Parts: sequence; structure tokens; C-alpha cells
Amino acid sequence: MAYTSKGASIEADEEGYLININEWNEELADQIAKDEGITMSTEHWEVVNFLREYYAEYQIAPAVRVLTKAIAKKMGPDKGSNKYLYELFPYGPGKQACKIAGLPKPTGCV
Amino acid sequence: MAAPFDTPVLGDVDERRIPALKVGAMAESKPYVATAAHQEPLGFPGVLEDGWEKKAIGRMGELLGKYRSLQVFMDICVKCGACTDKCQYFLGTGDPKNMPVARADLFRSVYRRYFTTAGKLTPGLVGARDMTKEVLDEWFNYFHQCSQCRRCSVFCPSGIDTAEISMAARDIMDTIGQGQKYCNEIIGKVHKVGNNLGLPAPALLNTLEGLEEDILDETGVPVKLPIDVHGAEVLLVTPSADFFAEPHVLGLIGYAKVFHAAGVSWTLSTLASEAGNFGMFIGNYEQMRKISMRIRDAALALGVKRIIFGECGHAWRVAYSFLNTLAGPWDFLDPRYPVPQHILEFTNDLITRKGIKLDKSGNDGMVLTVHDSCNVARGARMGDRPGGQFTIPRDVIRASVPKLIDMHPDTICEKTFCCGGGGGVLTDELLDLRLKGALPRMEAIKEVADRDQVNFVAMICAICKAQFTKVLPYYGFKMSMAGGVHQLVSTAIVLGNEQ
Repeated sequence: MAYTSKGASIEADEEGYLININEWNEELADQIAKDEGITMSTEHWEVVNFLREYYAEYQIAPAVRVLTKAIAKKMGPDKGSNKYLYELFPYGPGKQACKIAGLPKPTGCV
Repeated sequence: MAAPFDTPVLGDVDERRIPALKVGAMAESKPYVATAAHQEPLGFPGVLEDGWEKKAIGRMGELLGKYRSLQVFMDICVKCGACTDKCQYFLGTGDPKNMPVARADLFRSVYRRYFTTAGKLTPGLVGARDMTKEVLDEWFNYFHQCSQCRRCSVFCPSGIDTAEISMAARDIMDTIGQGQKYCNEIIGKVHKVGNNLGLPAPALLNTLEGLEEDILDETGVPVKLPIDVHGAEVLLVTPSADFFAEPHVLGLIGYAKVFHAAGVSWTLSTLASEAGNFGMFIGNYEQMRKISMRIRDAALALGVKRIIFGECGHAWRVAYSFLNTLAGPWDFLDPRYPVPQHILEFTNDLITRKGIKLDKSGNDGMVLTVHDSCNVARGARMGDRPGGQFTIPRDVIRASVPKLIDMHPDTICEKTFCCGGGGGVLTDELLDLRLKGALPRMEAIKEVADRDQVNFVAMICAICKAQFTKVLPYYGFKMSMAGGVHQLVSTAIVLGNEQ
């Protein structure tokens, strides 16, 4: 499949994960989120931005616990929980948030 | 994301009915086909090439010659029907092709056409079929609706193991260029990065450091998660999901606390940062061996004396049943300990010898039940007694929590149902199948939840943990109701009084 963003066609796999993560942009993130039934809020962006920062450093999305700790630091301890992340990304913070952030899907027994 | 399909209605475990047949109900269910980018790094053709039919039959012949069992399974089925209602995918979907005998017949019909006299001469009379694209696609769809859990084989009077047939079918499909994306992408990551997740060493180190901080914050005790420590006594090999996912990580913390409390030096390895071995799921011996060799190489490089496996069902089958021939001999390890050892054997031994202390009040209010993970239940053993794979996890649980209730006897121990996500079907595009395959297990959980107020299901497999976390909410349970046995050990273990 492919997305169209800012006049360009952006290639994605069967599930909508970008083939080339460098083609990601914020407008596209909004579009992917909408397809997932999510309206991006400040909190969603905090998560997505953190995922992208972590990925840039480590070439992988952060472990769920690394993510919850980072969110607790940024947004307060009441939001640093797996449960809160599921409220933001009901299909699972790992997979759904990665898709919106333009990152590859985490694979394996997760 | 809303479910694009219906969640099955739970029935009564005691009055399990054979579902009404829904012919073709799952004919369209299939995983994504691997692309050349997933196939070629494993040495498989990128796509189906001209002449694949002949190649498929050639490979079938090779496998029949190599595995005597496969040849026997082809010939001895008398269609008695004992297996028909034993598969969770048949019970959940009603699709008759998910009856184990029917699944095996997809393979058997092709076998008959090319390898039996009757099938060569009068194919129509003996249910023999040519290998065509239509047949191949049917294979692809239905051999990926089998989790290779081997429940059917328990009930087969001849011991026909459908898992082995499904593995052979997948091997043939890989060999001709129609592999499954989920498994082959993951195997590629193991070869390239070292684990199923593709978690590079720096990220793994960063994650482990964070966990050490968390444990220190929670307990005040500096429990370590050592990695690549040369000369450690024990190499722990665990599924990479233990580093990454919830609730898996709580089990990893549990292992670390046990090693700490027991005063046994241990290490993880960046080279062998994966216990899982999806080479088994695709039935490919070479892949299975190559993945296993990483463990041998890591053990030699680090100079460890023992190898212990974390909570991973199919990894334990590979480790317990095949590791010696795949990657042995293990004569450089300490012969006083099992090679390899399961973390539950290790913890149970410590509990028995009072080498660690557990305080059940750490798990106050919990009423447990156990989901026996299929590959441990039917593909391996623990301890030195038959059935140890059932008693040892339960003994550790009893030492850690106030109350343990077993589910219906038709659904536990060697008769356990697969979680619905094993054998390479734990992928999002198969969620409908996974949900339906979980039905018998969910019914059994509901029974003990209603009757005995069971509020937690313990398991010893990373796939089970991921699958339960995903499907429990569809059936009205909390996702936090599932977790590993060492998650319970973690909250019961007494730290700080080490000798």
C-alpha cells in the first residue's frame, strides 16, 4: 500500500508501516492515526516524538517499560503506566504508536 | 482498533459440544507471504519460480526419506476420527479443514499422488491430488492455522503428530519460495541482529540498566542484570520479549532476583539474546541449527559452566529435546547440572533446598490458575520425574502465592489447549484465528474465574503471554490477568538477607 502526503506517494507495507522511515512527516502521522481511529493530542505526540528520538539513537523502538518511564518523566507519574499508554493507543502502544511514528513494527513474541 | 470480526461466545467446559460445521469458514484466513527480502537471507527462493511443483515434490521426497515418522504418519491414518474435535482451531472456527485429520490430508493427498502406486494409477479413487497452485494456497492458509501444539497427537491412537506434518509443509513452502513473512522476517533478524525483536546490543544494554534502576527503586537492593560477563557460572538464554514487552519483563526481573538471592553468578549474552527458535515453526532443520549455534558460541566465548533457559515454550522444546544434536556436544559444561536447565528447575531446586526464601504475602489476594504451555507440556519435560513439567511450575507457584486452582482436567497438563498464538501464528493479520483458537482456553478460565474467583493465569511462555494479553480483553477479562511464573516469584522473593 501507499500513503499520499504533501503531494508525494509514500510506500508502506501490507499493514501500513512505512518502508522508508525517512519519508515520515507530521502530516502523515496525523493521517495514519486517523486510519487507526486516533485523533492526535499533545499526549499522543509526546509518545510519538519519544519513539522517534529513541529510534534515532538505538535503531529500535524502546521497550514498553523504557517508554512508560520516559512518559512519566515528561508528563507526570500518573501517566507513566502501560494502562495509560493503552488508553492513548488501544491496539497497543508498541505496534500502533510505532506505525504512527513511521517506525518498523516490533516483531517476535510481543 | 475495533475488532473487524466477532468474538466467539463462551460455552460450558463440562458440556463441550462439537461445533456445527462451517465449511470454508476460514478458507480466506492466511498470513502475509514473505517477500524476497525475508526469504533470500535465509537461503530460500524469493518468489515461486517456474517448476516449483516439481521442486515441491522433490523436497517432499527428501523429507519422507529423512524423517521416518513423516512417512509413517502418511500411511497409518485409518480415519478413526479421534482427533476431529481436539484442535482449538476447529473448536473455535467450526471449519472442518481445521480438524487435524483434514489438515494432514491436505498433505497426504499430494503424498498419495506422487509416492503411492494407487495414487499414481488411480488418483481419483484414493483421494490423491496433483500439486497445483490451488493446493499450494490451501496448504499455505491451513498449515498456518495450526499452532503445532500437538494436542491432537495425544488423542490419536497411532500417535500421528500433525505438528510434524505442518512443519514439513512449511519447509516445502519455504523451499519453493512461498514462505510466511512473520516467521522468516524474525529468523532473518536473529541471524542479523541476534534476536527476534531485532534489539541491537546498545538498546539491550540501555534497557537492562533501566531495569536495574527500577529494581533498586522498588526494593532498595542492587540486583544486577549482567550481560556479556566472561567467566560467569550461568548463561541465561531467554526470549527477547522478556527485555521488551509487558508482562514478560516482570519475569525477567524475577529471574534476576532469584540469581541475586541465590548468590549464583550469571550473565545474559548479546550474541545469544534470544531463546526462541522459529526454525522449528518453519520445520527447517538448517535454520533451527543455525539459530541454536549462537547459544553454543556464546557459552564458549563467555566460558560459562551452565546454560539456563528462561520462560519460553517452544525454546524449551528445542533446548530439551534437540539441543544436543543441534549444537552439542556440551562436554565443556558442568556435568553435575542438566544441560540445559530450565529456570523453573533452578528456582524450584532453590526453594526445596531453602536456598531462597519466598513470602506468599507478597502476592496477597491472588488466586492462581496455570495455563500449561503446549511445547513444554507435550514436547519436553522438567526435573527427573515423568510429569515434572507439570508439577515443577505448580510447586513454584504454590510456594509463591496463597491459592492455586487448576482448570478443567480436559484442558491442562498433557491435554492443555494451545493459547491460540503458538507455532508462528502470533501475528496481527491472524488475529481472527488467534481469537477463535483461544476459545477453549477462555472457557476454562471463565469456569474457574466464576466458581473459584481465579484472578490470574500463570504461564511459562513468551508467546502465551503476548497472546493472552491480546485476547483476554476480547473475552471480557483484564489483560493484566496473564503473566509468567517468575513474575509471581519476583513479588514473593525475600531479598536483602543473602548470605
